[in-house]
Amino acid sequence: MSSASTTIEPSPTGPPPERHPVTPDYLNDGYGLRSWLTTHDHKRIGVLYLLSITVFFFIGGWAATMMRLQLLSPHGDLVTSETYNRLFTLHGVTMVWFFLIPSVPTVLGNFVLPMMIGARDVAFPRLNLLSWYIFVLGGIFTLYATISGGVDTGWTFYTPYSTTYANGHVIAMASGIFITGFSTIFTALNFIVTTHTMRAPGMHWFRLPLFVWSLYATSLIMVLATPVIAITLALIALERFAGVGIFDPRIGGDPLLFQHLFWFYSHPAVYIMILPGMGVVSEMITCFSRKRIFGYKFVAYSSLAIAVLGFIVWGHHMFVASQSIYAGMIFSMLSFLVSIPSAIKVFNWTATLYKGRIHFHTPMLYALGFIGLFTIGGLTGLFLATLAVDMHVHDTYFVIAHFHYIMVGGMVMAYLGGLHFWWPKISGRMYNEKLAQFSAAIIFVGFNLTFFPQFILGYLGMPRRYPYYPPQWQVFHILSTAGASVLAVGYLLPLCYLTWSFFFGRHAPPNPWHASGLEWNETSSPPIRTNFEKLPIVTREAYDYPYPIQKDA
Amino acid sequence: MIPGLADIPFFPEEAGNSAPQVDAIYWALVGISTLMTVGLFVVITCFLIRYRHTSEANRTMLRLSPTYLEVTWSTIPMIIFTGLFVWGAVVFVKANRPARNATPIYVVGQQWYWDVRHQNGRHEIGDLHVPVGQPVQLIMTSADVIHDYYIPAFRQKYDVVPGKYTSLSFTATKPGKYRILCSQYCGTDHSLMTGYLFAMRPDAYQRWLQAKDGTGTESMAETGAQLFRTFSCSGCHGENTGVHAPSLAGIYGNSVPLQGGQFVTADDQYLRDSILRASAQVVAGYKPIMPSYQGQISEEQAMQIIAYIKSLSQPPAPAASLPVPNSSTP
Repeated sequence: MSSASTTIEPSPTGPPPERHPVTPDYLNDGYGLRSWLTTHDHKRIGVLYLLSITVFFFIGGWAATMMRLQLLSPHGDLVTSETYNRLFTLHGVTMVWFFLIPSVPTVLGNFVLPMMIGARDVAFPRLNLLSWYIFVLGGIFTLYATISGGVDTGWTFYTPYSTTYANGHVIAMASGIFITGFSTIFTALNFIVTTHTMRAPGMHWFRLPLFVWSLYATSLIMVLATPVIAITLALIALERFAGVGIFDPRIGGDPLLFQHLFWFYSHPAVYIMILPGMGVVSEMITCFSRKRIFGYKFVAYSSLAIAVLGFIVWGHHMFVASQSIYAGMIFSMLSFLVSIPSAIKVFNWTATLYKGRIHFHTPMLYALGFIGLFTIGGLTGLFLATLAVDMHVHDTYFVIAHFHYIMVGGMVMAYLGGLHFWWPKISGRMYNEKLAQFSAAIIFVGFNLTFFPQFILGYLGMPRRYPYYPPQWQVFHILSTAGASVLAVGYLLPLCYLTWSFFFGRHAPPNPWHASGLEWNETSSPPIRTNFEKLPIVTREAYDYPYPIQKDA
Repeated sequence: MIPGLADIPFFPEEAGNSAPQVDAIYWALVGISTLMTVGLFVVITCFLIRYRHTSEANRTMLRLSPTYLEVTWSTIPMIIFTGLFVWGAVVFVKANRPARNATPIYVVGQQWYWDVRHQNGRHEIGDLHVPVGQPVQLIMTSADVIHDYYIPAFRQKYDVVPGKYTSLSFTATKPGKYRILCSQYCGTDHSLMTGYLFAMRPDAYQRWLQAKDGTGTESMAETGAQLFRTFSCSGCHGENTGVHAPSLAGIYGNSVPLQGGQFVTADDQYLRDSILRASAQVVAGYKPIMPSYQGQISEEQAMQIIAYIKSLSQPPAPAASLPVPNSSTP
């Protein structure tokens, strides 16, 4: 039930909700498969996404496990090269397009964005449901390509390999990604329009939670960048099927053109993956410090700065790909520049801790882990932005370690943190706090053990995508595989205790973390179908926490 | 089976002219990153302890605009990063610029081996022999997909791209045997597309070069001259032919006027394109009647024909002794 609050008044923009003695929460508002598969409720769609991306996460995780097992031995005793190549392609494709890109926006964003801005749903609820169906359709194509033999191009689909020489179901795999792109675009459109048009009275832009800002910036990238990958994949199909010379130089194409097009999408896509995570971390840091975020506007604008700058750094993937040396210099400089807004965020999170009242609940542990791992990931990004160093470490395990620090150390930590943070809202239940803290620690340790040795391997010269490698490097691969097994335990634990808590956990109060924000103070746990009994009117600033206690200079 | 700690490599050896320069930047980056990470870690830990929820630390602070702080912590990294950018760019440009007297060696990458040809016709598969202390320029292309020629001990790599020539320039500084790896994913046996680079003292290198091992008794230019006749190039481009075709004598390195008013320098890339895709760049004043040799002349053969065309541009005396590369520097 919503707490009695002076900020609740009948809304001028919508009819007051129908009064029942007890309005059922969204989980009990209709039962059966049909009520879920035809729902227009943003919260239920968020849960549908949660279930589907969890499946893909464990498929991608299985592929990674097989690769790590293979790499225990330098002679590659487990699978053949062909199989290994299919495994890393499967790992890359599912993790990038079917887990990381949808993770925070479609699950947490769908679930909380309307509540955060004081709306009953997103602007286009039917489009929202359609986006999930499209996502599933794309996923089916990808699974079909996998089950019928797989694809050996890597998630990057570099030409002319993918168009001419690759074995396997390249077109089916590419179609899966092509289709899923529309689901991304629909979600992004929905978020943009919802944020513009459906904010509650009084919720002006600088009262928005920073998570909304980051989702907004992410949505802009999604809408602008995703069509480029769609075009690129369509051109691959055209060359592979019809033999039209676009990328293959033997028939008049240019292989570099593909890399430009691919990274023009895929570099911004990296920010699609990390920006929402940064938003989640902003929410958690400020909540568990009981303190208003330091430098609200700087954090908000830095999201937009990342979104804009992220579009003009794609060439740093091509320093040694035979692009012009002058282009290389410009892209190197811009890549250093794009690190500044990220640094601003890290510094502001740190400053938020100062003079707060810090609680160490599970989401906060994830947020602190995020800051540490994201910092290492970001700083090693500078190595790669430096032309001379990239000449050595490009396409080695150094790159692998770097982006896993951002994507897994950063984004997966943020996603899991957010999932634990909003779990009381999603499920209406509390999980076992001690167990959750324990598994957060396991993930942190396992992650570092998995990926830190890969920095050393990379500087030694271990290239990516090698099922066989020189035996001197084995010790680092053994460490990495040992870490991966710890990490696997860390990921399976939340799957178990969160599932358990969904059915048997203690009932959650409306605001277990004493957080500010409409989703905590104006809705029940779990919320009713229409989120709010009465639409709220916002009279207070974002992050209206008791600290810091300020006095004038 | 399990190596002792002493046997575990933590850092790759340095054996090329660029390696110490790249490593210097690397250590600077490691230093800066460690400083920032440890600094942040210490600050965060202090805050976490001092402002934990059970502590009664003073939480009153002055009402201050964050702008000064924000500007400071944006500007300081920006200055450091600019320095790193410039340093990295300078080393990169220097590493990739071939020395004037560099010995060219021709590399064709294909699934899944490196095909290497020295000017005097010596041919090797997978491995590469180079003299220590003398600049070398690899002129590379691919016969199929994109590969990447990577020598970790030199801290250098460059993509080997079908349809164009790329180059890798270095001077080996320490005799020894170093790994060559393909670092751009190229299909099934990508991880087996490896070999060794043998950096040899110049006299030993000369002996190795002359031994030839039955891999070819003719220089690249001589083989190229034969191909020039075999593929009937000489029928049009040779002396005293009735066909209106540009003469190739003295063309290498010179500026060529194209139809449409552009000028292009007749370098290796231009000659390759003109052989394989003649209609792409037609010389001003000539009709586009030359057929395409794409698929008929292999990348290796194109390199040999180019070596022949180059030899036409050199003064007669050195051209006669072309097979022996310049070994004036010890």
